[in-house]
Amino acid sequence: MTPAIERTTEQRAPHGKSRMRPGDVVRVGTTGLRSRPTRAILSALGIAIGISAMIAVVGISSSSQAKLNNDLQSLGTNMLTAQAGKDIFGKPTTLPANTVAQIQRINGVESASSTAALANHHIYRNSLIAPGQTGGLSVQVADLNLLNVVSGKIRTGTWLNRATAEYPAVVLGADTADRLGIHTPGSSVRIGNQNFTVVGILDPVPLAPDLNTAALIGSEIAARLFGFDGNPVRIYERSSDESVETVRPLIAPTANPQAPRDVEVSRPSDALAAKYAADQAFTGLLLGLGSIALLVGGIGVANTMVISVLERRREIGLRRALGATRGHIRSQFLVEALLLSAMGGVVGAALGTGVTAIIATANGWPVAVPWPVLGAGVLATLAIGAIAGLYPAIRAARTPPTTALSG
Amino acid sequence: MTEIIRLKGVSRSYGQPPTNALSEVDLMVEAGEFVAIVGPSGSGKSTMLNLLGTVDRPSAGTATIDGAAVNGLSDSMLSALRAYRIGFVFQQFHLSEGITATENVADGLLYTGVPRAERQRRAHAALKRVGLEHRLGHKPHQLSGGERQRVAIARAVAGNPPLLLADEPTGNLDSVSGATIIELLHELNRQGTTVLVITHDTELASQLPRQITLRDGRIVADSGRVSS
Ligand SMILES: Nc1ncnc2c1ncn2[C@@H]1O[C@H](COP(=O)(O)OP(=O)(O)OP(=O)(O)O)[C@@H](O)[C@H]1O
Ligand SMILES: [Mg+2]
Repeated sequence: MTPAIERTTEQRAPHGKSRMRPGDVVRVGTTGLRSRPTRAILSALGIAIGISAMIAVVGISSSSQAKLNNDLQSLGTNMLTAQAGKDIFGKPTTLPANTVAQIQRINGVESASSTAALANHHIYRNSLIAPGQTGGLSVQVADLNLLNVVSGKIRTGTWLNRATAEYPAVVLGADTADRLGIHTPGSSVRIGNQNFTVVGILDPVPLAPDLNTAALIGSEIAARLFGFDGNPVRIYERSSDESVETVRPLIAPTANPQAPRDVEVSRPSDALAAKYAADQAFTGLLLGLGSIALLVGGIGVANTMVISVLERRREIGLRRALGATRGHIRSQFLVEALLLSAMGGVVGAALGTGVTAIIATANGWPVAVPWPVLGAGVLATLAIGAIAGLYPAIRAARTPPTTALSG
Repeated sequence: MTEIIRLKGVSRSYGQPPTNALSEVDLMVEAGEFVAIVGPSGSGKSTMLNLLGTVDRPSAGTATIDGAAVNGLSDSMLSALRAYRIGFVFQQFHLSEGITATENVADGLLYTGVPRAERQRRAHAALKRVGLEHRLGHKPHQLSGGERQRVAIARAVAGNPPLLLADEPTGNLDSVSGATIIELLHELNRQGTTVLVITHDTELASQLPRQITLRDGRIVADSGRVSS
């Protein structure tokens, strides 16, 4: 009990160093959070909102990317379309009647099909609709193998066949059916001044969006009722994946040797990918907004910590009197800031994943939140916590213990 | 006897131009003493106690506490000195609200690296020493002023420091509670702890073995041995 101590030199402390166990460092780092839970929650919320926004943005965009990849996988990227252009008067032109047969002769082509829009004939729900109100819908003559070539699917009813192609039977694109208010086969519609029976309705066709607003009829009935001459307007062509690029330059000269320049050749899967890329630009913008939210959240944490340090000068002084080093005080407040933002980070990551799951599910996309992004998000919050906590922690450590104790 | 405190020409000045809160103080205290520090308000009592407790450094002169020359020590060595060798008691108790008496006392050992369970065990022992074994789980707001100060004393002595410094420990207490606290300090002193206590109560001070009187930052009277 008596402090009679053997000493070798005056400078060597006759006792241990001032030290803290790692568990205590964390426990002491939570004292501020426990004594002011509301403030802790509010400032963690800032971080949570920022990180959840970013994770939701990335999650939603990668979910839609996953959907696109799935789509392209099942639709294939080996389809090309060729479309007859307009003549010098701006009137739509057509392709020669044997175009499909010619295209099929190209090396590498596996299948080909065609449609021809009947520019002068329109579809109506019934005969009471004024002829001008076409609703942006087109009547198109379709080859019987069209559905296979464009990977289209029948939602209800049947596709045209050799028999129905000779009768006033029509298959509606998805949007056509919606706009006409027709949901079941068997209904009757007016095309030109003729009654047609709906035999089938299509699902949306991603690779041929043109078909969504079309009413498709067989070439025999079109020839009989509307004087269709058999000249296609648009060609759909599939080749093997490897030969797409070699086939592509041959399409226009083959389809219309007289005027190859009037033929527009395109690859619909490219259009899908381009649309997705446009979405990505928007994603970048949202990501920027998310990171601003995160920055504001970080400033919120720094602000909370500065106030906390000012309010807790007495506590700091007491801890110094009990033997805390400047380093101990610094780490206490740094740990507090880290815990604060980590709390926000974890909640935000959960929130962002939840939002992604809801939106992806609502759109029928696969839920895809990349794990590296989640990890990076939580790491980012830790980095923000460290930066936000550094200055307050250094200030706390610099508080002279006497000032901290008086008052 | 071993000396535990030696101040040599110690001054502490504040501000610009510097004004001395403490001026060229010489003081020697031996281990096992019980010293009262008295003097009017603003005379430098707290300033001196802070220097003795190594939470402050002298502007001039040398302070040697428990054999360590304070001027030359790093922050971590000074902190170690406070963690192991010095106990503090304050007028305002400085207990943490929201945690129990036991946890408050155990925090006195927080910076010595003692495992938590062992800290709690020693905290119980310290609370028993100050007669509060029936208040282990009470939080500060559930305790009387005198009990709070006893918890604070238990925290200060939980690690058995050889030096106990108390700045007006009875200042916020009624005379009965104050007397209990002084009796407690006597008991700790009998067990070997060197105790320095600041007080405004001259009657109380006169009962202690040694009184040091400060005025305007200087020691103007010392009933004990005059230091060299
Ligand atoms: N941080 C500071 N900055 C400037 N002056 C200070 C500071 N701390 C103390 N002083 C001055 O030093 C002088 C001594 O102060 P100290 O607190 O030691 O007095 P005291 O004897 O403890 O008084 P009391 O009995 O009122 O507690 C006072 O004049 C005070 O104004
Ligand atoms: Mg004072």
